[in-house]
Amino acid sequence: MTTGPRTTTGGPPPARTFRWHRWQRRWAPYLFVSPFFILFAVFGLFPTLFSIYLSFQAWNPVQGLGSMKWVGLENYQFLLTDPWFWKSLRNTIWIALASGIPQHVIAIPLAFVLVSGVRGALRHPLTAAYFLPYITSTVAVAIVFNTIFGTQFGLLNWTIDGLASWPVTAWLFSGIKESLPINWLGRAPYIKPAISILVAWKYFGFNVVLYSAGLATIPREYHEAAMVDGASPLQRFWHITLPLLRPMMFFAITLTIIGNLQLFDEPFILTNRTGGPSESGLTLAMYLYRTGFEWLDMGTAAAMAWVLFLVIGTATIVHFLLSGRRGLERRE
Amino acid sequence: MGTPRSATTKALPRAGRILALVVLAALAVLTVFPFYWMFVLATHTRETIFTAPPPLLFGDALQRNYEGLVATLPFWRNMWNSVYVAGMATVTTLFFCSLAGFAFALYEFRGRNLLFGFLVASLTFPQLLNIIPYYLIIDFIGWLDTPRALWFPGMASAFGIFLMRQYIASAINRDLLDAARIDGATEFRIYWSVALPLIRPALATLALLTFIGQWNNFLGPLVILRSRATFTLPLALRSLQGLVNTDWGVVILGTALAVVPLLVLFFFASRQVIEGLTAGAVKG
Repeated sequence: MTTGPRTTTGGPPPARTFRWHRWQRRWAPYLFVSPFFILFAVFGLFPTLFSIYLSFQAWNPVQGLGSMKWVGLENYQFLLTDPWFWKSLRNTIWIALASGIPQHVIAIPLAFVLVSGVRGALRHPLTAAYFLPYITSTVAVAIVFNTIFGTQFGLLNWTIDGLASWPVTAWLFSGIKESLPINWLGRAPYIKPAISILVAWKYFGFNVVLYSAGLATIPREYHEAAMVDGASPLQRFWHITLPLLRPMMFFAITLTIIGNLQLFDEPFILTNRTGGPSESGLTLAMYLYRTGFEWLDMGTAAAMAWVLFLVIGTATIVHFLLSGRRGLERRE
Repeated sequence: MGTPRSATTKALPRAGRILALVVLAALAVLTVFPFYWMFVLATHTRETIFTAPPPLLFGDALQRNYEGLVATLPFWRNMWNSVYVAGMATVTTLFFCSLAGFAFALYEFRGRNLLFGFLVASLTFPQLLNIIPYYLIIDFIGWLDTPRALWFPGMASAFGIFLMRQYIASAINRDLLDAARIDGATEFRIYWSVALPLIRPALATLALLTFIGQWNNFLGPLVILRSRATFTLPLALRSLQGLVNTDWGVVILGTALAVVPLLVLFFFASRQVIEGLTAGAVKG
């Protein structure tokens, strides 16, 4: 205990100052933490509770608070029968998996090689390069990728064409050459892959850093002992690194799940806010935005936010049940 | 048992190391190249951007694009808005989060654990759940289309307080507080003169986190800001996209200029930025 009126230390000051000192000391911690609770009550808690209430209303905000009408569960029922809702849910899960899985499949071996095979002086510049897209504005990189994904003069099509014509790599791209030039952002089947490429590109470096930090906690002796026993790098990766990396994997994958299910900026810019032809790039977060802020149906949008919350919660719990318990027990 | 070669064995065999380096370098090129290309396109006109093969070297249309940019957008006004929002957010967040983190880390007071538990619980709410309520409350108090609506509500963020509390709890000894009290310092004075100088590294981390986050924020400004004069950079750039016959040279130049401040920041403080942005992860 360092505070409380009884533990006051120091010589006897004048009575008035003494009382002020006791008083300010007693109340200072409350004063110091109060800004968070005041701001959270006003800008967080109250509006969030209000949005639960709102999800049972039909309301166009332009017509004022008076136009609010109680509709019970209608908003939720509407969502369950709304084809656009299901479509955007499928799109969201598709993109979340297609952009999420490669991030980790690339980042884990990459971090392993980076930590075990690269000199310290080179390690940081490489890490910084991988990390660079993560700190850049999504709007900015999405605008640049807009031109990379161009049909006639885009860099991606040009590169694929080059690789498909080059004898060494032609076999890899034999199936794709016929469909060139690909209209990445203008044709329904290519929009989700295009968005996923951007997302994987932007976030894999973040995971490399997470996994590098996780690898740094694995004691050197384990690897040295395995090397003495003649284990190959691949065996060491498989039998030492991966199992010991599980807590970090659990954490990093949780972050990816939560982030990817709320994907908004990337599809918004790449599809020029529409969701693309036949809404094939429309994510749940975008659909929520359009419902609330373009079609001014705040009640349905609020209901959608809660459904999305439920989806994220379910995905996180499923992931926890599948891998979490094993992942967490390693930590003790 | 293989032969014990521990003194000379490298973690990976030589051929493997070279192959690994090639792959690592190729991936680094893949992540950095779009940035290089962005600067290249910023110096090209619409006509030379859309040629085959795509331009890979710098062009001569930089000035033309710049004139186009300031003619289509109040670009420097938008830049100022971004600086103002990110700057205010950073200064206020540093103050309120370190103050609350200081109290949570070093004081015993009734209800502390309950309050801190509540704060941590508020962290688990997904950001998107808050966007409609946030818009409604800003509308209700009449702050729509004002930049302060972007930094004011987040001044004392739960995440920042959590980060500060963790750092202060491990970096500052409570005895230090008692020593200052014997000298007659008030609690705020102790925070300001004793604690703050000791937590500079954590303050720098939080500052970088806040500044980068606000600089890149898109969804917040998208629902709050309405007029071109109040737009922050991401919103201003996005507004160019909807135009018919988008002049891509102009758009990309604006994009490049919007990215430059963070690139400079990253160049000089990459270690701290990387550590900071993954700090929550590694320490949690």
